[in-house]
Parts: sequence; C-alpha cells; structure tokens
Amino acid sequence: MNKIKNLSFVFIIIYLFPTNIFSSDNLNTKIYKNLRCLVCQGQSIADSNSEFALTLKSVVNDKVNEGLTEQDIYKFLAEKYGDWILYNPPLKSKSYLLWALPYAFFIFGGLVLFFLLKKTLKHRRY
Amino acid sequence: MKKILLASIIVLVSFIIIVLSLGLKTKNIYDTKDLIGKQISELDLKYLNEDRTFSTKNLKKNKFTLINFWASWCAPCRKEHKHLISLSKNKNIKIIGINFKDEKSKANKFIKEMGNPFDIIASDSDGKASVSFGVYGIPETILVNNDLVVIKKYIGPIDQKDVKKILKLVGQNE
Repeated sequence: MNKIKNLSFVFIIIYLFPTNIFSSDNLNTKIYKNLRCLVCQGQSIADSNSEFALTLKSVVNDKVNEGLTEQDIYKFLAEKYGDWILYNPPLKSKSYLLWALPYAFFIFGGLVLFFLLKKTLKHRRY
Repeated sequence: MKKILLASIIVLVSFIIIVLSLGLKTKNIYDTKDLIGKQISELDLKYLNEDRTFSTKNLKKNKFTLINFWASWCAPCRKEHKHLISLSKNKNIKIIGINFKDEKSKANKFIKEMGNPFDIIASDSDGKASVSFGVYGIPETILVNNDLVVIKKYIGPIDQKDVKKILKLVGQNE
C-alpha cells in the first residue's frame, strides 16, 4: 500500500512540474526536427551530430535569439538550400497536389463507403 | 456501382504508379539550382590574418568574383588548389578564399605550401557565415558577377573542365 502511495506521489510531482523542464521540445528543437541534414541519410539535424548539423543548429539558435520567427528561419534556410532542407514543405504551386491529395482521398473514400453502405442497407430492406 | 468502383480503383492504382515512377526520376538531393540567379547575402567576413572585416558589398567593384570555401584539413581542397592558382592568373576574376572551420596557423601553413591564389582570405571559424552562402561541405566554389548574383556554383573540388567553363564565362584576360 505504501508503495502505491509513494508511486502516486512521484507521479503527482512529475505531473505538476512544467512539462518543458523534462521535454526538450522547445522552439529550437522543433525547428531542428523540421530541418533535413543534407549530408546524412534520412536524418533531421536534431538526430545528427555531423559538422553540417552542428553548424545549422548553431545558426538556428542565433536566429531564434535575434527574434526571428520559426517561419522566418525556414524561409532563410530554404532560400539558401532550397525547400529540400524542410521536412514540411511549404504550400506552393508545385506542392498543391501533395497537400490536397490526402483530403481528396479522404473524401473519395468517404463517398465510396457511403454509397456501398447505402446499397447494402437498401438490399437488406427487401 | 461495381463499374464505378472498378474504374475508381483503376484510376487510383494508375495514379499511384505514375506518381511513384515520377518520384524515382526526381533527384532528391541538394543541388544548386535554387541559388543560381540569386544574389549572395551581404555580410561582413573576418580577414584570416588581420583584425578587421570586409563586406561582401565590396565585391561589387570586381567584374567577377570566385568565392572558394576551403580548409587545410580538407583533402579535396588540396586537389583543386592548382586549378585555383591557374584561375588567379585571369585579370577578370578576383578570388576570395573563405577558410572554413580551420586553425589560422594550419591555414597559413597550407597557403605557404601550396601557393596563394586568393586576393582576400577570410575566416569562417565557426562555419556560420558559410550557411549564408548555402554551403554544406567543402570545397565549394561560387562564381558571382558584379551585381553579386550567383552565376555558377560548384560542390566539391573544381577540375580542369570547370576551369575552362569558368574562363569561358568570365572571358579571357582583357
């Protein structure tokens, strides 16, 4: 019983602490995770310790300290390295299809389901 | 209904095949096409051997400027150095060497050993300035005109073929 009490106490303490003390998911880390390490295989700069990733992290830190927004930083880096550096590509004329397709498939799937169900129910009535 | 469903599935499968086959042809690696035709950033760079800075704005007075990123620890930089030396003989072009994440003494030793093709040697000891030029490894070389617009960018060491192309772009000694 005491063990349960102690564990509950620990959980309450952890829960009451501001989450950002334990989580590294601050703005800088969020930006790192959305930046592709150009010299690595399928890694973001957050996951890499390559020279390029370290330099880019340092540049991101500087830009955040200068007061640039997340979008400003993405824009700056995309100007230098192209959209390829971003894991979350911006909405552009070339990427409309990429953004629209999930919604189109969702609607299409919904319509197919709707008509199939409608037909099945109609047959069951008779 | 069955016909519509079948037609939809065929359209969907064909679409997926087309997208995937197009995806196979797409070059998903960093290239320089985004930088060509764009102006380089105006920023101040530290001289390697002097306690002062120079602005990239000053490069406007040159007809053409070749900005080369190099380091003493970089083996391909040694390989391309002779080509930079040969380009330095052309009067239409000024060569700026940006020493990347290097030690000053080692950089100077490299220049003493290999010769100096650079009109200016700047230092980018932490590599941050290079990000403004879209550099992600060295050696990289950027050719800009007097409007500071990027005409050509080379990733990796330049060779004799590149030298010929650069000379064609900037013109022979005038």
